[in-house]
Amino acid sequence: MAAFRGVPVLTPMGRGVTLEHIMNKQEKIAVLRHDLARYGLPPDRPPVPLGHGAADAVLGGGLARGALHEIFAPSGPGFAACLAILAAGAKPLFWVRPDYEALEFGALSATGLLELGGNPARFFVMRAANAGDALIAAADILSCAHVGALVLELAGAPKCLDLVASRRLALIAEQSGVTLLVLRHNAIPKPSAASTRWLARSIASRADDEWGDPSFAVQLLRHRQGGTGDFYFNWNARNGHFVDPLRFQLPLASQEGRLRSLKPPPPPALRARGKRA
Amino acid sequence: MLQRRIMALWLGRFSTDRLARKGASRSEPLLVSIRQNNALYVHALNHAAQRLGLYAGQPLANAHAMVHGLAVVPADESADAALLDAMADWCGRFTPMVALAPPQGLLLDITGAAHLFGGEAAMLKTVTGKIGAQGFSVSGAIAGSATAAMLLARHRPHVIAPAGAEKEALANLPAAALSQDPKIQRALLRAGLKTIAQVMARGRSELAERLGKVFVAGLEGLSGNAPITPRLPQPDLMAEQAFAAPITSRGDIAIVLENLARALASLLEREGKGLRELQAVLFRADGGVARIDVRSGAPLRDPAIMMRLLEQKLDSPDHRLCDPLDPGFGFDLIRLEAVLAEKTTAEKASLDADENAARQVAFLIDRLSARFGAQRIQRFLAQDTHIPEAQSVAVPAQSQSFAGVEWKARRNADDPPLRPLRLLERPEEILSVLAAVPDGPPTRFSWRRCQHQVARAEGPERIAMEWWSVRESGSDHKKNNAHDYHDYFRVETNGGERFWLFRDGAPGGRWYLHGMFA
Repeated sequence: MAAFRGVPVLTPMGRGVTLEHIMNKQEKIAVLRHDLARYGLPPDRPPVPLGHGAADAVLGGGLARGALHEIFAPSGPGFAACLAILAAGAKPLFWVRPDYEALEFGALSATGLLELGGNPARFFVMRAANAGDALIAAADILSCAHVGALVLELAGAPKCLDLVASRRLALIAEQSGVTLLVLRHNAIPKPSAASTRWLARSIASRADDEWGDPSFAVQLLRHRQGGTGDFYFNWNARNGHFVDPLRFQLPLASQEGRLRSLKPPPPPALRARGKRA
Repeated sequence: MLQRRIMALWLGRFSTDRLARKGASRSEPLLVSIRQNNALYVHALNHAAQRLGLYAGQPLANAHAMVHGLAVVPADESADAALLDAMADWCGRFTPMVALAPPQGLLLDITGAAHLFGGEAAMLKTVTGKIGAQGFSVSGAIAGSATAAMLLARHRPHVIAPAGAEKEALANLPAAALSQDPKIQRALLRAGLKTIAQVMARGRSELAERLGKVFVAGLEGLSGNAPITPRLPQPDLMAEQAFAAPITSRGDIAIVLENLARALASLLEREGKGLRELQAVLFRADGGVARIDVRSGAPLRDPAIMMRLLEQKLDSPDHRLCDPLDPGFGFDLIRLEAVLAEKTTAEKASLDADENAARQVAFLIDRLSARFGAQRIQRFLAQDTHIPEAQSVAVPAQSQSFAGVEWKARRNADDPPLRPLRLLERPEEILSVLAAVPDGPPTRFSWRRCQHQVARAEGPERIAMEWWSVRESGSDHKKNNAHDYHDYFRVETNGGERFWLFRDGAPGGRWYLHGMFA
């Protein structure tokens, strides 16, 4: 456990007890006390602010680091890529996907990532033979604390991705502090160890403009530590964060009407299952 | 100068021994036939057949006429070659430098290795004894050069010629043994040269006149000190351990590998090297050889990391199917080879967090590459071209040998992305394209059986082929050049999806979908 990091296993007296052990006893007891006090609490890691005021408020400051986030994306990996760029920061970004995804949905392009504001020099793609290999590789990558973020892209509902597997990945992510984004295509939400679950679809950019920033209509379907909500995100590639498109551009009075016109109807499957899937 | 010592092994009845090992009878006469010049000849024969007066090279019809009811098997040269390869692998337990002398010989460079087996005579006895126990008739000899050793092995088996005394050892052999070419053999006979000593006594120019320069060069090689060409690259450093009784359990093997890794690490440290490619070679008691190969992105010296890479390989998915550690009757020799070792700067404990992080990530990539294959973990390099699909290339993340140019974004600082996040491996044609104006963007199209209504479009952005890769077709290449460009449009559909489309050539050309934006 991370809580006991740096504290050796207690040995019976006379075996493996050295002078150094005895001299450090007081110090170690203090460390143990502190660890016990923090036992069971989530580790202190500053969240990743998304730059979107309303969403950050709901999330409690931003996206939690070292946690599993599920993103259901019927219209492509754009939102997940933007979140991953944010979460990775200056550290390496890993993307694991089975071969099938590349054939069906197109290969990830490093130039495209660069245009989105990511750093292609620190971008690694792992092409797994199947979903099982992808999960094994994901566990290995997550255990390296110097990785910024990992995107695990899986289409459909592979059998190996069950509650146990997602719980395992979430635990590894919590220990190492690597943010894990599980990107799902053609899938419906099932119980998992995710700390947040998103449904993201890309939407048309501003009607009056020609070709605007990437825009997403996002539902936060589940959030372990707080409330949920529906948001509009614009991705600002220049500064590398999201912006709230409703915040500045329109006078307050017209926001309601615009919100209604922009809002896509939620898909029937999700409506039937409710928000606490 | 180092005097080389070469052991030659001559497998006199290789083809028939192979068949006998598979169950053919050794006491019945057996022939292997080969087709040459549209006629069948005897290629090889076993001892029983030879006692009947048959010989290799005899027309098969003659043999049939001499002996009734002969068993004849057509020659299978690829099976022979594969078996010879496997035997060379097996001989790797005596020395890492093993060369093939096809069709039925092996050469072992035992320079500096003989004392490990109790001297040259004892080593020769061990090697021939072990090969003989596997069911092969083998004769061996040791000399200072490969050709001399092979001649001795064929004609004076079990002779050990001291360095520099090859000529004396060979003196009484028939001169015809010097060449396989029947023309030269006949010429030697006509000249009255019967033994090698008589040939050696003649002047070189005289022999060259009569028998050709190649023959004379071969004579010089008899006393030469040339190294053999080994089958496998010779490891830079290695550590090995042999066992009195074969070991089988996975735990034992892991312990041995760990000890060897530690020994190899200290060797590497003494030489100031780090290894890039590591091979564990496990020799099975019954002749099989298993090899486990791992690579490392950066020079590596830590035995713990070597062990973790090897273990990744043992657990890897493609090895689960065919277990490389199928021990059979057990392994009796395990060797760890640093196939490729590089000079490193002295290892210093770095307090620099960045360097530590980079090393950890490199190790992670090594681990993944060892487990899933190096080509599955990719990084990207920028290329200096404007062709969209060639602007970045994916290379194995482990390899350091590729270099790219600097990444440059195409968009201006305030622009939204101009290149899609996903590119289809090959652009897909879109159908039923409706455009408002002939050279404008489409207003409607269908892709993968879905209708898309275009809400807004940006473009065209014309991307022409590089002039040096333009298709040329004879006289009217100018006309073709005019069509070698793509007009790209970024379109946004009513559903909010963003696509990257292009028209191939001038208005009226076909439309394709190349990529999807975020």
